[in-house]
Order: sequence, then C-alpha cells, then structure tokens
Amino acid sequence: MRTTSPFGSRRRSAVVLAAAAALAATGAAGCGSSNSSSTTQPTASASASATTGVITIRDPWVKAADRGMTAAFGTLVNDRDTDVTLTSAATSVSPMELHEMTMKDGKMVMQAKQGGIVIKAKSTHALEPGGDHLMLMDVKQPVRAGEELTFTLTFADGSTQQFTAVAKPFTGAQESYAPGHGEPMPGMSATPEMSMSPAP
Amino acid sequence: MTDTPPVRPVSRRRLITGGALAAGGALAGGAAVAATRSGGNGQRPATDMTPAANVGRLVEPFHGARQAGVATEPQAHASFVAFTLRPGTDRAALGRMLRLLTDDAARLTQGRPALADTEAELGLLPARLTVTFGFGPGLYRAAGVDDRRPASVAELPAFRIDRLQPAWSGGDLLLQICADDAITVVHAQRVLIKDSRPFATVRWVQQGFRRSPGVEPDGHTQRNLFGQLDGTANPRPGTPLDTALWVPDGPAWLRDSTTLVVRRISMNLETWDLLGRTDRELAVGRRLDTGAPLTGTAEHDEPDFAATGPDGLTVIPDFSHLTRAHVTEDRLRILRRPYNYDGVPTAEGHADSGLIFTSYQADIARQYLPIQRRLAERDLLNEWTTPIGSAVFAIPPGCQPGGWVGEQVLG
Repeated sequence: MRTTSPFGSRRRSAVVLAAAAALAATGAAGCGSSNSSSTTQPTASASASATTGVITIRDPWVKAADRGMTAAFGTLVNDRDTDVTLTSAATSVSPMELHEMTMKDGKMVMQAKQGGIVIKAKSTHALEPGGDHLMLMDVKQPVRAGEELTFTLTFADGSTQQFTAVAKPFTGAQESYAPGHGEPMPGMSATPEMSMSPAP
Repeated sequence: MTDTPPVRPVSRRRLITGGALAAGGALAGGAAVAATRSGGNGQRPATDMTPAANVGRLVEPFHGARQAGVATEPQAHASFVAFTLRPGTDRAALGRMLRLLTDDAARLTQGRPALADTEAELGLLPARLTVTFGFGPGLYRAAGVDDRRPASVAELPAFRIDRLQPAWSGGDLLLQICADDAITVVHAQRVLIKDSRPFATVRWVQQGFRRSPGVEPDGHTQRNLFGQLDGTANPRPGTPLDTALWVPDGPAWLRDSTTLVVRRISMNLETWDLLGRTDRELAVGRRLDTGAPLTGTAEHDEPDFAATGPDGLTVIPDFSHLTRAHVTEDRLRILRRPYNYDGVPTAEGHADSGLIFTSYQADIARQYLPIQRRLAERDLLNEWTTPIGSAVFAIPPGCQPGGWVGEQVLG
C-alpha cells in the first residue's frame, strides 16, 4: 500500500499549503451543503476541493469519459492520530467500487479492494493511475472534460464526506479488470476521442 | 500581471550584476526560493543553492488584474500555440476548457505539477514560466459574445508585402508559453495541448528563442538574426509602457486587457549577405554595433531626421526602417517582444531564419496599423524580409486565485 506522495517531503509540504489555500478560496463554491442531483457543475476553479471532514482530499480529479468505466484519483490525507478506513465511494452518475492494482498471471490488473482503503494516522494515501483508485463502474451520462463531479465517501465508522473532482482528459489509466482476466473494459481503454464531446 | 510589482524570489539582474556567488544575493535568493517551493518549511542552507538552480526556480506571478507574459521581461524561450475550436465548442465548453487551462497554468508557473501531470517532475522548475491567453475573433463568434470583442481585434488588412501562409496564420485561441528553459516550455505546451484536445485542434505552433538568461543584462535590447538591435523604440517601463499597453477603463472584459499581433517574418539571410555594412546601416537607419541612429552616438539618442550629409541627402534615409517606424507619442507606441526562429537549412545551405514578431498595444487600429502601413508602403528592409504568417488576438484581463482567464468575457 502506498502511503507516501511521489514527490518527497519538501515537495509535499508546499502542496499541502497550496491545497489549504485552494480550500479556503474555493471550498464553499466547490461543494454544496447538500448533494443535489446536479453533479457536474463547473465551479469557479478547475481545481476541485473537499469539505472539511474525516480526511482531506488533495488534488482530486476524475478521468473524463463519455460512457462505461472510469476512475477518480487524488491524495487522501489523514491528519488524525488514528487510522481511517474508507469503505465505499458514491456518485450519482455511476455505481462505484474501491479498486486496487495487483499482479495476476504476470500482468497488472485491477480488482475490488477487500476491507476498504486504510489511511494510516498522520499519513497520506495516493489514489493514482496504476494504483488504488475510486472506480466508476458504468457511467450513465458523459463526464466531460472540465466538469466537476461530486463524490461521497463513507468510512468504517459510518461517517461520510463529500468532495468534488474536476474531469481531466486523460488517456492513461487503461487498467485491466481482474474478473475479465485481463480483458480491457470499454471505458478504461478510452481513446482521447471517446471523451471529446465539448458540447454541454 | 502588473497591478502589483512583480514578486520574483530573486532578480536576474542581481544574480548577474551582483556577483553570482556573492553571499548576500545567494542568501536572499536561497531563502526566498525555499519559501516559495516548500511554504517556508524546510529552508535549505544557502550554500547548496547554485546560480544555475536559481534560474530554474525563478517564479513569475500568475494571478493578477493583468495577464503575465506581456510586460514581463522576455524569457529566453517561447512557444506560440494557436488553436482552432472544434465545432460545438460553445460558450459553456469554452468555460470548461479555460478553467482546465487556467488551472494548469496557475500550477506550472508556480513550479507545481499540473493536475494529472504524467511527467510531474518536469513541472518543478518554472524558470519564470508564463502562460498568456489570447482570444482570436473566432472565439467570440463561437461563444456568441462578439459584442465583447475589442473592436480592433479583427483580421488585418492585406499588405502589399504579405506572402501569408495559412499554416502560420489565424487562430481562435492562442497560448503564449514563455520560460527561461526550453524543457519547461515544452512540458507546459504538452500539458496544455492535452487538456485542450476535447475542445480544439492545433492550428499552428511557432517556437522561438532569445539570448539565454545571464548572457546579457536584463533590459538589454537584443539582436535579431540580421545582427540588428531589435526593440530599441519600445516604451519604457512605467507610465509610457502602461499607456501604450493596457486598456485603462471600460467594462470588466475590456479593462486591463491588451491586444497582440503575431507576424512570422521570414528573413532572407542569403540576400542580406550581399550587402556591405554601410548599406545594412542605411537600410535600418541605425549603427549595427551600438544601435545608435546614424545621427547619434548612443542607442537611445533621438534621431535627427533633418540632418544632412556632405552630399546634401539626409543622413538617415527616408526609406530607412527607423524613419518609417518612428513614433513619438507613448499612446501610439507598440511593445515589441520578438523571438527568433531558425529552421533547418536547405541542402544548398540556405537558411530558414526569421522573427516571430509580436506587437502588443491597447488598440491595434490606433497603434499598430499606422506603423505597419508606413512600413509596408516604403521600408527598405522589406527587400530582405517577408511576412509569411499573421494572427491577431485580444489578451483578456487576468484572473485572481479561484478565477479563470476569460471569465470576464465568457462568464
């Protein structure tokens, strides 16, 4: 399990401060007090943010997709003195699962993460292409580049927390899904053209 | 962004003139850079800050009332990327696109990787990176906000000297990417193009260069590939520059905006080679060595167009570039921020060289067009130069943290 940022401690401290500033500037605009059905409203800034809650979600983003599978990423930051376990994620446009990447039959495949994602006390946990991620299993309406999507996280103690993530055009993260034994899923093998409808 | 003084961790001038390794400069630079990069946490001792690393870590502000990259001291490398909007990229889609691109620019210019940056480590050395957004006439049409297009932002009239190629002309959106390091420019270009792909196609890219940082002092007029000092007549920083550059009032989409004309000027080094030094100086009206007008001794001496020589002719010929381009009022001046280009020579060894000519001014019709008309009509330099590309953009106001470039136009 990854518990460190890929950028080392000096880098991270700058990012934390920047993320905190971004939260102060856009947190209220980025996250409504209730989870309305309008999940894809652009906000003032492309950098989405998290409400104050169990953890902090740093630099969240979701891979734009017209349909099928896609995934959300970011860095989960636990400032508490105790471990936190993320047990599920939800969004209105798709059923979701918590996924991890694992080696199967000599290749990396993704599979549901049993027991949820544990964010250690005073630590961070990266959700990134090629690693743990929040999987959108079947997108019902296009997640267009530049839109923001609201997610609800549920933790082991039953508490919940919302955050919004901006949709980025991204051609990577074409992970294979273990149940299909390496067969690429339609949404995860999206070419750039697949998520390219600019119209609202 | 010039509503506040530019906040550089350390000035290039001090680096260069203050003795690169002088303890004072290095200490100040080291502390400031550490504060920028790590939020004041974990300052590194000044001793491991080399001048070379300082160039990489210099930061230009991104947010502000006016966009950066215009009044900014020109960086060594530039890429001008013009886009054609895809059909269906309307006002709402443009808003989403510009939010993404603004976020990329805000992060990369401050030395932070872009969101979902696939080469995050290339985003850590900004080297004074600026990303400047320009809106072509087509963007206003696509968004249905043509009433917010500055009146002078329209295709230029055809000039007799033009040999324009579509491959270097036009564009709905321009990203001007400048930094003192070529890798920083290329990485930013890659990130920005990737985020633009759902909304636009790449129309043309022009990459150019100036002297590298530290080669000449800041503020020094640089030479083009004809060997001429290029940009002597630029408005001086302060009131003259502000008067020439920025729209001082009007609605929010206009105030603190400026305009940009990008012209690709092919320079024929083969025929230029046929000229002796005297003829070259007569064509320009200035000395090649000092850049002084032919009637003066220093670069910034006022030219005396009435002075005559022993032959009874004016010392500065009336067909010279200096004579034709000369303006005296600040409100009529243009800011030139040129970059050289140098392509691959032909098999015969003929150069493919020239200038990415950029002219910034509050009003193209008031400032650029009169000068350009006089040059097109009669400027001896036209013998050796050919405009092969032309594009016109509004440079909309800047944005504050949490905002996005273009929000006053499209919001």
